[in-house]
Amino acid sequence: MSTSHHKLEMRQITKEFPGVKALDRVDLTVDAGEIHAICGENGAGKSTLMKVLSGVYPHGTYSGDIVLDGEVVEFKDLKASEHAGIVIIHQELALIPELSVMENIFLGNEVVSHGLIDWDRARSLTLELLAQVGLSVDPRVPIKNLGVGQQQLIEIAKALSKDVKLLILDEPTSALNEHDSHNLLELLRGLKAKGMTSIMISHKLNEIEAIADSVTIIRDGLTIERLAKTNGDLDEDCIIRGMVGRALDARYPPRDVKVGEVLFEVEDWTVEDANIPGRMLAKSSSFRVRAGEIVGFAGVMGAGRTELARSVFGRSFGTYRSGTTRLHGKEVKMTTVDSAIKHGLAYVPEDRKTLGLNLLDSIRTTIVSADLDRITPHVLLDEDMEYEAAESFRKSMRIKTPHVNRGVATLSGGNQQKVVLSKWMFTEPELLILDEPTRGIDVGAKYEIYGLINQMAAAGKAVVLISSELPELLGMCDRIYTVCEGRITGDVPRSEADQEMLMRLMTTTTSAA
Amino acid sequence: MTALRTHFGGAGRQFSMLIALAALIAFFQIATGGKVLTPSNMMNLINGNSHVLILAIGMVMVIVVGHIDLSVGSVAAVVGIIVAIALRDWGIPWWAGLLLGLVVGALIGMWQGWWVAYIGIPGFITTLAGMMIFRGLNQYIGKSNSVPVPEEFQTMGAGYIPEFGPVTGFNNATLLLGIAAGAYVIWREVAKRRRAAKVGFAPDPLWVVGIRAGLLLAFIGYFTYLFATGRPGTSFPIPGVILVLLVVLYHTITQRTKLGRHVYAVGGNRAAASLSGVSTRRTYFFVMANMSVLAAFAGMMFIGRARASGPFDGTMWELDAIAAVFIGGAAVTGGIGTVTGSIIGGLVMATLNNGLQLMGVGSDMTQIIKGLVLLAAVAFDVYNKSQGKPSITGLLFRRRPRDDDSDSSGATAGGSGETGAMGADSDNATATSPAPVPEAEARQQPGLPGATQMSHSTPNAQKGN
Ligand SMILES: Nc1ncnc2c1ncn2[C@@H]1O[C@H](COP(=O)(O)OP(=O)(O)OP(=O)(O)O)[C@@H](O)[C@H]1O
Ligand SMILES: [Mg+2]
Repeated sequence: MSTSHHKLEMRQITKEFPGVKALDRVDLTVDAGEIHAICGENGAGKSTLMKVLSGVYPHGTYSGDIVLDGEVVEFKDLKASEHAGIVIIHQELALIPELSVMENIFLGNEVVSHGLIDWDRARSLTLELLAQVGLSVDPRVPIKNLGVGQQQLIEIAKALSKDVKLLILDEPTSALNEHDSHNLLELLRGLKAKGMTSIMISHKLNEIEAIADSVTIIRDGLTIERLAKTNGDLDEDCIIRGMVGRALDARYPPRDVKVGEVLFEVEDWTVEDANIPGRMLAKSSSFRVRAGEIVGFAGVMGAGRTELARSVFGRSFGTYRSGTTRLHGKEVKMTTVDSAIKHGLAYVPEDRKTLGLNLLDSIRTTIVSADLDRITPHVLLDEDMEYEAAESFRKSMRIKTPHVNRGVATLSGGNQQKVVLSKWMFTEPELLILDEPTRGIDVGAKYEIYGLINQMAAAGKAVVLISSELPELLGMCDRIYTVCEGRITGDVPRSEADQEMLMRLMTTTTSAA
Repeated sequence: MTALRTHFGGAGRQFSMLIALAALIAFFQIATGGKVLTPSNMMNLINGNSHVLILAIGMVMVIVVGHIDLSVGSVAAVVGIIVAIALRDWGIPWWAGLLLGLVVGALIGMWQGWWVAYIGIPGFITTLAGMMIFRGLNQYIGKSNSVPVPEEFQTMGAGYIPEFGPVTGFNNATLLLGIAAGAYVIWREVAKRRRAAKVGFAPDPLWVVGIRAGLLLAFIGYFTYLFATGRPGTSFPIPGVILVLLVVLYHTITQRTKLGRHVYAVGGNRAAASLSGVSTRRTYFFVMANMSVLAAFAGMMFIGRARASGPFDGTMWELDAIAAVFIGGAAVTGGIGTVTGSIIGGLVMATLNNGLQLMGVGSDMTQIIKGLVLLAAVAFDVYNKSQGKPSITGLLFRRRPRDDDSDSSGATAGGSGETGAMGADSDNATATSPAPVPEAEARQQPGLPGATQMSHSTPNAQKGN
């Protein structure tokens, strides 16, 4: 067996965490100059495999061999793997928000001359790198001022600064909108043309079909199969079959629509940016949701959907300027998150790591954390009730963990999302606002989550679904609002909606309503 | 070892810390030729340290929420002098003095809490200022003199429970306390099994329960014996009783009330906490105010034991309390730490002091050794996290999420022996490459200024605005 044309071979990789065998004799072969995708359900072990490869889990903490360019390598840390030309961009971005673009790019790799950082050279190098990834931003702006899409490109620029030969991207597009994703994939194609080998983990199977030369499918820590474009078997259906073990006949579960009275109304809602006075994040926006209805919010990244939702949710974002909310026709004032929760609102945030979870917490304590009153019969929390609640969600949501006492940090991304959803389901909300609820979630779990959303609607709850994936909105919603630059620009029933018209409304600045 | 870890679960860490403490005591017992484990020495140890242990109870909450309080010694001192003067000059009864002290403590705490919670000054700065202000006030009010306190206060600071009941040859009060503690240990195991059955978990194997309860009972039994066989008229000291009551109270508050959960939530991820309906301000305010109330209490106990309030009372107490909390497994970045852990940490420090003193080691060497122990304890923590595989030694001082606290999760097979592994993920990255920040702080949210949690270097970095 010749290994010469393989850029990378991982052989019989086994990695165990206490109580969990995350990887079980996994094989991975990546050819030089290709884009190789890794697919698998949440918790299958994809991120773990890449952490093994990049030395995050050092040699000795796993078993099996890593063969790079025909030679067995043993990395003791990230630095060592970077030295060998492997750069990983983690599922969670690792940029420092307060630092500037160029400081971030050269963090740990500072451009030094005579023992001092040469900022001029760093700046010109940064400009070069930014040009390579197709970004035109000032190298001196702090990262926190950039959108997620741009941040992702900065991550890649940072990788390129390190003389990368094998680029690993763990769900690079999960937080990006279609446009940014498209840019990123184009960039990957461009890098490939220059001879770069990349490995990409993604749950967006259409992207994989579009860009990957070959795919390895992992399920429950085992390699299931390797598909290659050259064999002609690389398509979404094959991938799904490999991932879930059966074909999935529909992406969206069927649902009986029974729409009732108007449950929640927002009128003339205006929010100002807390940091930039005069900048309006939502401009006299009005919308209503009926009982049993699933209402979508479409818009490009930064259109103000999240801002609007969070402001309505106990004014937890920006500075409230004007507007009223009505529940069942009665005006209610919810000036704190606590009161919003008490009124039956729930908001599942888009970014689970920074907004949805306390990573130090256990699954059990997280699930009950948004409504502790429910398990506090008298003065003290009732731990039996807590355990029972957590256990029942673990089962019903199929959270993959040996025990609810595990820390949420030990869960895979998708399972963490299920915990966040559980946490809000636990509050038994009347209005459930979901902000990108399926980001980073595998097809099977997505189907399950859609099913849960449908169940909520069937139980007469109102659901607001904010999503950057138009097919998802079209597949799930009864009605879709489009948002552009803080203004609601359209209100389209599903029967009349299609991607094109939504796109158009998402980019028109004049109000339609 | 693995089996042990799996089965002892969350209780494991505190359990191992207890064993470390026992080893330390055993070492000194041998090294001093038996001077450590005597009734009178143990009583001294309790009397001489209960004020610091009380401070540690409040301090762990402050540290978990992501701040630090440097003013506790000064607050204790100023409350001490006010109470001592009130008792001497106004002739108020002792209980009124006690009440007055607590009220003054609460007012000071509200003052500091207001700056921290509503103005947004980091606790470090607020209490650094407080440290100077209240030290100055103590000396101004007391004119740098020392003021004696009445007998009741002395009882509170170093007294014993009066004898009562039949002559058993032991001190009855101490016996009762010991029996109560033993009963609690047994009740807890029963409750755990009952829950396991109810919720449908596999209960711990009996041998595990046996070892766990057996060792604890032996511990309790021995110390009950020791304290019950002191000089006639002595018992488990009153400061010890007060301490135990406070530990029970605060353990319950931190683990079993909304307020306690909020403290951990805010310390772990402030932005996520506020989106779950937690008022971070109210939480900060409570924690800071509470700390000063406990400091006031500690101050009053101390003047009782010292029989007077003086201008230098309480110097360096903050550091002892902080050290206890960190040895007890709290994280500098907030979100992690327990009351019981901190008490054990404080007892480790106290035992070191006491043992070294009995060995005739000078205070110079004692300080050096205490410093090294603090470093070593936290280094084990860090090392374990970076390795992702707990070692035996590491087990002794490992920090973990509090949800795995002793009375809730011992029942869970392996529920929590894995903090090391879990931390490995993000912390390894920090340890090995300067670039990545731990996952949790990766992204800043514009909506909540300074909202992302934890910054690595400073304990109070959470106060963004
Ligand atoms: N540090 C850890 N400690 C314990 N278990 C872990 C740890 N990291 C991962 N696991 C477990 O290993 C398994 C694989 O996790 P991994 O993060 O690799 O999944 P993934 O395929 O990347 O999933 P996702 O698509 O959700 O990101 C999961 O069951 C997870 O709970
Ligand atoms: Mg992953």
